[in-house]
Amino acid sequence: MPLQIGHTHIELISANMTADAAVAPPRAGSAWKSAGTDGDPVSDGPDAQERHVTIDASRGADAPPELVQLLTPEGERLDHPDYHIELTDDEVRGLYRDLVLVRRVDLEAVALQRQGELGIWASLLGQEAAQIGSGRALTDRDMAFPTYREHGVAWCRNVDPVKLLGLFRGVNHGGWDPTEHNFHLYTIVIGSQTLHATGYAMGVQRDGADAAVIAYFGDGATSQGDVNESFIWASVNNAPIVFFCQNNQWAISEPLERQTRIPLYRRASGFGFPGLRVDGNDVFACLAVTRKALEDARSGQGPTLIEAFTYRMGAHTTSDDPTRYRLASELEAWKLKDPIERVKAYLFKNQIAGQDFFDAVDEEAKALGRDVRRRCLEMPDPNPLAIFDHVYAEPHALIDEERAQYAAYLSSFEGEGR
Amino acid sequence: MKTATLTMARSINEGLRRAMEEDPKVLIMGEDVGKLGGVFRVTDGLQKDFGEDRVIDTPLAESGIIGTAIGMAIRGYRPVCEIQFDGFVFPAANQIITQLAKMPMRSLGALRLPVVVRVPCGGGIGAVEHHSESPESYFTHTAGLRVMACANPLDAYTMIQQAIRLDDPVIFFEPKRRYWEKAEIDLGMDLREAWPVDRAKVVREGTDVTVLAYGPMVKTVLDAAAAAEGEGRSLEVVDLRSLNPLDTETVFRSVRKTGRCVVAHEAPTYSGFGAELAARITEHCFYSLEAPVLRACGFSTPYPPSRLEEHYLPDLDRVLDAVDRSFGW
Ligand SMILES: Cc1ncc(C[n+]2csc(CCOP(=O)(O)OP(=O)(O)O)c2C)c(N)n1
Ligand SMILES: [Mg+2]
Repeated sequence: MPLQIGHTHIELISANMTADAAVAPPRAGSAWKSAGTDGDPVSDGPDAQERHVTIDASRGADAPPELVQLLTPEGERLDHPDYHIELTDDEVRGLYRDLVLVRRVDLEAVALQRQGELGIWASLLGQEAAQIGSGRALTDRDMAFPTYREHGVAWCRNVDPVKLLGLFRGVNHGGWDPTEHNFHLYTIVIGSQTLHATGYAMGVQRDGADAAVIAYFGDGATSQGDVNESFIWASVNNAPIVFFCQNNQWAISEPLERQTRIPLYRRASGFGFPGLRVDGNDVFACLAVTRKALEDARSGQGPTLIEAFTYRMGAHTTSDDPTRYRLASELEAWKLKDPIERVKAYLFKNQIAGQDFFDAVDEEAKALGRDVRRRCLEMPDPNPLAIFDHVYAEPHALIDEERAQYAAYLSSFEGEGR
Repeated sequence: MKTATLTMARSINEGLRRAMEEDPKVLIMGEDVGKLGGVFRVTDGLQKDFGEDRVIDTPLAESGIIGTAIGMAIRGYRPVCEIQFDGFVFPAANQIITQLAKMPMRSLGALRLPVVVRVPCGGGIGAVEHHSESPESYFTHTAGLRVMACANPLDAYTMIQQAIRLDDPVIFFEPKRRYWEKAEIDLGMDLREAWPVDRAKVVREGTDVTVLAYGPMVKTVLDAAAAAEGEGRSLEVVDLRSLNPLDTETVFRSVRKTGRCVVAHEAPTYSGFGAELAARITEHCFYSLEAPVLRACGFSTPYPPSRLEEHYLPDLDRVLDAVDRSFGW
C-alpha cells in the first residue's frame, strides 16, 4: 500500500486491519488466571460476586451490588442513603441537553475524521453521563485534568468544541488556555496528568483556596506507575483531589482483567482514602457522588477515588477496529443501559418534558453539529514558522537561527508553487 | 526457497515467528500485542499460534513491561518487548537506562540480558503528539545498549532475528511510516548468510558525496540520490543499520572516497546522532574532507502538530539542499 503523508494515515492503518472479525474466543487472561490461583494472595479476598464482575463477558450488564445508582436504565428514580440529590426540573432538562449535545459533537467529529478532516478522534460514545455528571459537579474554581477523551467535561468547562478538534486535526497540540477554563490540556501519555492534578491540588491546599481538583483517567491507566504514585502523594498530603476513573471496560483491546483482579474502586483503601463505584451511565449518580467527593476535598477530608462503571460503545479511536477483540453481544447488552435514554424516559414519565422539548434539543444538536463542522473546515493550517514558537520563555539563539534559516529556505522556493 | 512479497510490518512478524519457533525461550510482551496483534499488526496471529504464555498482553505500564522483561531474562527467557509508540518509551526509560543497560556490567558478566525493545519510531503518518518521535539518541548515549534501526523489509526480517539472538539488550527501531513498504523475502534464508547485524550497508554507490541515514530516512535519501543523478551529482548512500555499535569502517571508507558527507535523520539536529557522526568523521577523515559534515535533520524543537510535519521532517529537497551547501563550501 502506498504511504500517503499527511492526514490519511488512519485510513492506512485501518485498511491494514483485515476483516478477520473476532471469533468467539476464550477470554484473554483465562489461562494465566487458572495458573495463578495457587497461593494467589487475593484468592480469598474479593468474593465470587466481584470476581464475576471483573471477568464475566457481559461486564456489568447486570449491576454489581456496590454500584451507586440513582436512575435506573428504565428511568426509575432510586434513593441512596449516602448520595441524596435534589434536582429541579430545569436542572434535569439541562443535563439531558448537555448529554445530547456532547453526543452530537462527538458524532460530528467521528464523521469529520472519516472524511479526512481529522487525523484521528477518540469518541466518548457511551461515557456522556460519567463526563457530564462529574463535569457539572465542578465549580468554576475547581480544576480539571483530562485524558484525551473528556469532550463532555470540556463542554461543562465552556471549552468551545471546535477547540477540541485542533489537536485531532493536527493544527495544534492543545488549542485552549487551560487557565481560562480551569480545564487542563488533553494528556495523551497515559496517567501522567494524575500527578499534575495532585501537585495542583497540593498548591490549592497551600493557598487555602476553596477549590478542589479532579483528575480523569481510564481503567487501563490504573496500571501506570504515575497513577499509583499520584494516589500515594494525594493520600499522604491529604490533597483536595477527586480521582475520577472512567472504567469503560477496555484499554484499546485489553479487557479490564488484564489490569486488575479486584474492582478498581477498592484500590483506594490500600492507599488510605475512600473509593466507590458509581453507575457511570447514570448522570444523576455521577453528579451526586462527584459533588460529595469534591465537597469532601474542599473541606479538608482528602482524596476520593470514584470508579464510574461505564462502557466504551465505540472503537478506542477512529483507527481502531474492535471487532478484532470483542463480541458484538457485549455492546448490545450495554446499549440497554444508554446514558441518554434513561434521562429521556425519566423526563417523559414524570412529565417534566414533552415532545416539544426533545425536538428542540435535537434541533439545537443538529445546528451545533453543523456549526462545529463549518468551523472545523475553516480552521487554517498553521504557519510553518510556528514550529519555532513558544519553545522557550526567552529568546533562544539556536531556535532563532533555525527559524531564520528555514524562512530563507522556504523563500528560495517562492514562485515554484511549493 | 520460500519467498513471499511482504510489507515491513509483516516481515518483522515473520521474523518474530521464526525466532519463536526456533527458541522456546523467546517471548513477546506488550500492550495489545495479543488478540489485536499490536496497533500496527506486527504481532498479528502470534498469540493464537504460540499461546498467552508466550505472547503476553501486559498491563498498561511501560516501566512494568521492561522491568518484568529484565526479570524474565535473568530467569533465562528472551523477551521481545513492544513499546506501542516512540513517545511511550519514556515511562520505561528508568528501567532501560538504570537497569537493563547496566546490570550485565555490574554483574561482571554473570548476567546477560537478551531483551529486545521494539519501538515503532519516527513521523510522517499524521499522528497526534507523542506518536512521531525519534528518541534514538537517548539510547545511543546509554552505554550497554545496542541500538539499531531497520530501513527495509528484508533487513527488518533478518535484523529482528539477529537482535533476538544477541545476548545484549537491543533497542530496535522500526520506522513506522515504512511499515507498508513491500519487498520479496526468502523466508527460509539461512541467517548466517544475512548481512551482519552491526555492519552498515552501502545501499547506493556514488562518488561525489556520502549521505548517511538510517531507519525512515534511508528511502528519502535514496530518492534524493536518484533525483541528484539527473543533475549530474553522484550520491553514495550508507544505511547505518546499527547505531551502537557503529560500523565506522564502512562510514570512513565512504567519506574518504567522496570527500563530503551529509547526515540525515528525523530526530532534532541539536545533540542528535548526527553530531556523533560529524565528530567522529572529523576526527578520522579530516584530511579527506572538502567541507564540514552537514546535517539535514529535524529542527531543534518539539515535534510539531501533524499539519506541519512535512516542514519538520527533512525531505528530499532538504537533503539536496544540504548536499548543495556541501558543494558550495
Ligand atoms: C504511556 C502510554 N502508553 C501507551 C499509550 C497508548 N494508548 C493510548 S490509549 C491506551 C489505552 C488507554 O486505556 P484506558 O486508560 O482504559 O483509557 P480509555 O482509552 O479506555 O479511555 C493506550 C495503551 C499511551 N497513550 N501512553
Ligand atoms: Mg478504558
